Amino acid sequence: MSWLGPQEWQAVALSLKVAGWATALSLPFGIAMALVLARWQFPGKQLVNGLVHLPLILPPVVTGYLLLLAFGTQGWLGAALQSMGLSFAFHWTGAALAAAIMAFPLMVRAIRLSIEAVDPRLEQAAATFGASRTWVFLTVTLPMILPGILAGAVLAFAKAMGEFGATITFVSNIPGQTQTLPSAIYAFLQVPGGEASALRLVVVSIVIAMAALLSSEFLARRLAQRVAGS
Amino acid sequence: MTLSVRLRHNLPGFILDAAFEAPPGLTVLFGRSGSGKTTVINAVAGLLRPQAGRIVAGGRVLFDSTQGICLPPRQRRLGYIFQEGRLFPHLTVRQNLAYGRWFAPRDAAREDMGRVVEMLGIGHLLTRRPAQLSGGEKARVAIGRALLAAPQLILADEPLAALDEPRKAEILPYFERLRDAVNVPILYVSHSAAEVARLATTVVVLEEGRVTHQGAAAELLSDPRISPTGVREVGAVLEARIVTHHTDGLTELIAGTAAFFIPRIDRAPGTSVRIRIAAHDVMLARDRPTGLSALNIVEGRVEQLRSGTGPGTIVSLDTPAGRILARVTRRSAEALGLAEGVRCHAIVKSVAIAPQDVGAADSLPS
Repeated sequence: MSWLGPQEWQAVALSLKVAGWATALSLPFGIAMALVLARWQFPGKQLVNGLVHLPLILPPVVTGYLLLLAFGTQGWLGAALQSMGLSFAFHWTGAALAAAIMAFPLMVRAIRLSIEAVDPRLEQAAATFGASRTWVFLTVTLPMILPGILAGAVLAFAKAMGEFGATITFVSNIPGQTQTLPSAIYAFLQVPGGEASALRLVVVSIVIAMAALLSSEFLARRLAQRVAGS
Repeated sequence: MTLSVRLRHNLPGFILDAAFEAPPGLTVLFGRSGSGKTTVINAVAGLLRPQAGRIVAGGRVLFDSTQGICLPPRQRRLGYIFQEGRLFPHLTVRQNLAYGRWFAPRDAAREDMGRVVEMLGIGHLLTRRPAQLSGGEKARVAIGRALLAAPQLILADEPLAALDEPRKAEILPYFERLRDAVNVPILYVSHSAAEVARLATTVVVLEEGRVTHQGAAAELLSDPRISPTGVREVGAVLEARIVTHHTDGLTELIAGTAAFFIPRIDRAPGTSVRIRIAAHDVMLARDRPTGLSALNIVEGRVEQLRSGTGPGTIVSLDTPAGRILARVTRRSAEALGLAEGVRCHAIVKSVAIAPQDVGAADSLPS
């Protein structure tokens, strides 16, 4: 993509990396959390549900600042993790963490809805045929919620690509390190003559978002057809 | 292999307190809806934990409240045929059939997939998914899946209730084949006397959570005081053999020494069948009637007259064909002077015996 400048290209590549890691690493947690919220009854469930959804309703700057407090070099978690060689502050991993946390509610919601649509009597049937809980999940529940997982992952990826407020608050806007697509667009708009670069990145954003959406629609339809058998 | 069940469980409105034995063959758990049948079968499957009792299948204790044993469903070695089929929608028919055997112990006696597929006539469906199957086809696949799970106990919870009459008639023969193909107990929940008459080796009648009767099917169905689903379901079950098919669309049977003509059934001469003759389809006459359209007239001796609270009475006749029941009004019974020992003729219209009343004979002693 020669029409993108080095800084623009860097921002696109970084955003894809950040969003990809954020989605991939949070997916197992998202599935587990969706299962807990869809199937378990326990005291404090509404509290857990609220905590999961908090990033959706809090101002992103607040989430970013809380992340900074917890995972910054001075933060209680950040210091501990840094001693284990894992650093978030002003690092692309921090951008991925912020994106993952901001996207988590959307992911959990989509997966949870698909779990609630699974007929528990089918899982019961699988159990009568000798399947353990793990096997019931792997052979019945998981295949049936794949469209939901896919939808959740795509939503989370799109949200992660576009995350701005929490990211810039938590890990700032360092080109090549934490300057994702939206941060780059913002930065280009701050300097005279940056509009052309900003516009090119806007086009890239639209193309990536549309590609993600269309491919997920296509895959979801194929999976749904498999499940419905039509 | 025998299933032995004893359990107690509080249900809304009544207490389930049932004990029965299901020998190999097909045991119908017979009762009205709300009599506790489904609770019993769920307790046997392990989907419900009864408050007290003991369930033993072929010497294996599945549940024992005093010893604190309650095996989870997956350890009970079941083949469950659900009412709505419950086929896995994301798997093909072949994968559905194979599902149970993935989890069966390595050393379990396995049915041959090809043989089961052939027995159920589902060879052409193997690559389809459940959504592409008709109701009857789904029911057949559900039977196959249960059979292929190498079960030590087969459970069926009103497997035909969701099907219309022609579909039921289509599936019943497959349950007969299932019954004759396996030597594990089959516990079959039903509220249909026709299904009991065709399938049952043993019947357990459940009323308001209690076992009121258990025994052979023919005996139970012929007693109006027992039949829990009402007097309209009372009928006799005769063992017969196909003699020949006539060109006018009738099939000639011989039951005992009496000939019966019924609408043509598609089975080879020489085949043994069971026919169910509903009591309300039988007329009685003291003298042998002449100039009558009905083809089946059997002479017999009145064994018993049984009246309930209604205007009707059930007359049971001992005939060369076996016991036949007739439901007539008490007024007619008096007018004819019917009493124990009196000889009279039972008249059965051929067309009253519908194909679904004709089943393959049970290969097991009943």
